[in-house]
Amino acid sequence: MSEKLKILIADDETLARNRLKDLLSDLSDVVVVAEAKNGKQAIDLAVIEQPDLLLLDIRMPLMDGLEAAEHAQKLEQKPYIIFTTAYDTYAIKAFDVSAIDYLLKPIRIERLIAAIDKVRALKPMASAAQMEAIKSLQQNARSHLSIHERGRIILVPVEEVLYCRAELKYITVRTVEREYLLEESLTNLEAEFDTLFIRLHRNCLVAKQHISGYEKRPDEKGDLHWHALLKGVPDTIAVSRRQQHLIRKT
Amino acid sequence: MRKNSRLPNLKNLGVLLRILVIVNLLGLLAAMLRSAEISDLPPLIAELSMQIQPILLTSILTLYLLYPLLIKLNYWQGITVIILVVISITTLIAMLFTIYLTFDTVSIPYRSIVLSSVTTAIVIYYFNLQQRAYSPAIAEARLQALQARIRPHFLFNSINAVLSLIRSQPKTAETALEDMADLFRVLMAENRDLVPLANEIALCKQYLSIESLRMEERLVLNWQIDKAPMDALIPPLILQPLLENAVYHGIEPIPEGGEISIIIEQKQNELMIKISNPCNTKNNDHDGNKMALKNIKERLALHFDLEASIKHRTINNQYTITMRLPYEKR
Repeated sequence: MSEKLKILIADDETLARNRLKDLLSDLSDVVVVAEAKNGKQAIDLAVIEQPDLLLLDIRMPLMDGLEAAEHAQKLEQKPYIIFTTAYDTYAIKAFDVSAIDYLLKPIRIERLIAAIDKVRALKPMASAAQMEAIKSLQQNARSHLSIHERGRIILVPVEEVLYCRAELKYITVRTVEREYLLEESLTNLEAEFDTLFIRLHRNCLVAKQHISGYEKRPDEKGDLHWHALLKGVPDTIAVSRRQQHLIRKT
Repeated sequence: MRKNSRLPNLKNLGVLLRILVIVNLLGLLAAMLRSAEISDLPPLIAELSMQIQPILLTSILTLYLLYPLLIKLNYWQGITVIILVVISITTLIAMLFTIYLTFDTVSIPYRSIVLSSVTTAIVIYYFNLQQRAYSPAIAEARLQALQARIRPHFLFNSINAVLSLIRSQPKTAETALEDMADLFRVLMAENRDLVPLANEIALCKQYLSIESLRMEERLVLNWQIDKAPMDALIPPLILQPLLENAVYHGIEPIPEGGEISIIIEQKQNELMIKISNPCNTKNNDHDGNKMALKNIKERLALHFDLEASIKHRTINNQYTITMRLPYEKR
């Protein structure tokens, strides 16, 4: 392997990032291409820098390392992932039974080298298996949805989403500004974000906090049906007959 | 801390309340014994209460005033004085009752004297038992178990931060290690006696300077302690865990950080401590926080009984803890 391994470091503490940079600067065959203060920044930078390896702190504001690792799977060139953590009993237990590597802070150079050697030896197939494991580690709902768009990854904060509507192969994700196409299943989204979204129609999840009210509107035949009104956009969501009991509760 | 006597602390509101409750419960029991029907009970209670309350309240007031003298005696002398005081008050009040209400000839009220002596003995025995349950050895063990534990998260992150400073800023690394040593010396100390507020504040400042290294400009501190009585005695490590929570739950999860304000002041005979920090409503993993609060609550109860309190509330994404302790000096 003649080319240097490109590494992205993500940690919210400057000193922790400096520590990793110091250690990595002692190694000859690696180069740090970017530093991020949180998971979201890590993904944004990874899109530009295309690193081979992400060193992700688990506990970061805005987006944690576990979630960033999941979004990173949509990158053109899937990077290897090593997590860093000071103390996290839950995650460490989970890592010990999976193939994913992690480093405990304070980080030792020997451990760092061993971890890098290990990921380099991995075949791409094995990395796919690792990612299944990362998914299972996620205990909290994601903070962002990642949209794959013309080779880029756009992170949409979940609280900005007005509704998700299933169409043929994709899901349309609507925010005040625009629409995005997401490759996921509505059922999984419903299960993950059950506190935020309400299923008003067989094909539509609506964000509770963005509903401004309900109104009866006539359809082509002149029959009246309930529609949910949304804050900030003229779109309305038809409420299916079976879900009408949900309106009464709100 | 407490004076050297084993007598119940008659200056403590909790103790006085307990006396009132016990005596009145005994009165209720007596009324029940005498009532054949449930309908007899209210008039019986009223009648008994009329005899009990004047004696009870006068005795408590007298003993409250005599307390500074009582603690100079040994335990049995103290008990004797207490019983004698109660007997005299009972006799006096019972005789006044006879003179002004029934106009009978005055005689020594044997029955009242025996009953109030027995009641006093029961109350003293209760406090003796309670004190044994909370005896110094057991209380010490409980305090030890309740001793504040710093998050391992903090320890390892700090060591990691100091390691990164050693190459570039050895001076800062030195100070940080010295602060950590001081902090852990107190954390590992056996001695659970009350300490002056000034010590705890100094310790908290050391702790926060380590956190500032890690958090940098994300951590803003606002100390309002000009009016704080620095000689007030407080349980050690009662402030530090609250600040640790404020950093862990209030600063770390927010990308741009925020301000922690610490207000300490004296209000009459109370010490008031108020800590507030921003909080992210989305982030609701407050289990660690609850544990620290429960722990501090128990330690306050062991030291001050009912005279200390701790409350918390969240308004507009701002989390505030208010703690009140009696102002004690050495």
